Amino acid sequence: MSLRTYLQDHPTPLVWAWEATAWTLRRIKPVFARMGMERSSTIVKVPEEIVKGLLFNCQDCAQCMLHYNGMTCPMNCPKTLRNGPCGGVRLNGKCEVKPEMDCVWVKGVERSKKTPYNHEILRLNPPVDWRLKGQASWVTYSLGRDQIPTGTDIAVRYADEALEEAK
Amino acid sequence: MNAPTPLVAPPALIRTGLTGTSSNLAKVINAGLFPVCVEVSPPVGPNIEAIQREITTLKGYGDAYNVTDNQSAMVHVSSLAVSIMLKQAGMEPVVQFTCRDRNRLGIQGDMLGASVFGISTVLCLSGDHPIWGDHPQCKPVYDLDSVNLLRIARMMRDNQVFENGKQIPKKAPDFFIGAVENPFAPPYEYRPYRLAKKIVAGAQFIQTQLIFNVDRFREFMKRVVDLGLHEKIAILAGIGPVRSQKVAEYMKNEVAGMDVPDWVLKRLEGLSKEDQAKAGVDLCCEIGQQVREIEGVRGLHIMAVNWPASVPQVCDRLGLLPRPVF
Repeated sequence: MSLRTYLQDHPTPLVWAWEATAWTLRRIKPVFARMGMERSSTIVKVPEEIVKGLLFNCQDCAQCMLHYNGMTCPMNCPKTLRNGPCGGVRLNGKCEVKPEMDCVWVKGVERSKKTPYNHEILRLNPPVDWRLKGQASWVTYSLGRDQIPTGTDIAVRYADEALEEAK
Repeated sequence: MNAPTPLVAPPALIRTGLTGTSSNLAKVINAGLFPVCVEVSPPVGPNIEAIQREITTLKGYGDAYNVTDNQSAMVHVSSLAVSIMLKQAGMEPVVQFTCRDRNRLGIQGDMLGASVFGISTVLCLSGDHPIWGDHPQCKPVYDLDSVNLLRIARMMRDNQVFENGKQIPKKAPDFFIGAVENPFAPPYEYRPYRLAKKIVAGAQFIQTQLIFNVDRFREFMKRVVDLGLHEKIAILAGIGPVRSQKVAEYMKNEVAGMDVPDWVLKRLEGLSKEDQAKAGVDLCCEIGQQVREIEGVRGLHIMAVNWPASVPQVCDRLGLLPRPVF
């Protein structure tokens, strides 16, 4: 088992790291706002790509939802599905397209139980805004430009709303 | 590179009050009857006779007819075109939209196109990956996932807006929105929640993958019923006859997300060609009988892959005829 898989399977340190990063990013927002998203991204992208590339095989979508999915990057899914697994997952939990790869959602569901964001796996995630591709997600997160729901109030909701309504 | 344009706040929402009730399938479901959907496979070539043959074979055996969208990631006549033909022949088509071949622009355009022809039943799915089909070299689109596609269909209908938040001029399309779910693929515990996600996103009926492993399906349905989801959505269980042992083996080994237990293969083993076909229909009827008794199953979805001639038999033996007319 590689170090990456080990860390993802035991995500507590990753959760701490994310909490610290998020805390910093929220405070640094005025700086990013002043510099603008583009310029901030060119600087922030370098360390972000190295760290997240090594840890999560980051695909630079710039709308990071790692913590919504048990610290597993859904953009590694060949179908880039952001709302749960497709129907083609093999019976052994491997990807239908790449038989040697674990399905990111099988892993994500499993790992999310070990994070404090377990509930987020029920979140209805908006589709990727492709204009942001290549920006730094730390900047887009800080500026609140990631995960912008489009259209209506059903953009970001949770599956348990359906469960609650059913009861 | 230009910075992305700042997003404007969406306009005040219009509540259109539409719910897709003009769909024949919706009428059957709302009347509390037992709905039956039948799958129609468009031909590979521009063969209008083949479509007409299929129409004559299948007409009258279902409440709605699913027209597949480039089935198994192989080029076929488009789902929308065949749906229009079905509509003109007086059958209720369920036009399928996969996220594999088109981005949100293309899909929304085709949805409006369907609406123009009075086609109101739509089915939103992610689609098989092109690696399984006849163009494995192509670029898979997957601009959206199925859940967001459902959300967009619902937004277009309920709020009269496109995905970008802009208003649809004149009037909203009236869709009856369907989704699919595969209870046989891991992670099993998450599947019912994914179904709940689809309900939140806008799904009104669900069609399942072909059922052979009834025990697994029963487990899935038990969880769905425990969560109360079966009251929020009409679940149509997918069944279908297999023509021969070879087909069953192909499904087991080559089709993604299929769970074909060994006893199915054993049942067909060593029989003559005609007997295999007969056993395939028997098997389908048995499974159909078993699943319709499971709590929470609202109807059936019959998928006779490349074998439309078996549908009348299956419907007849399951006592599904005649279909209600509204």
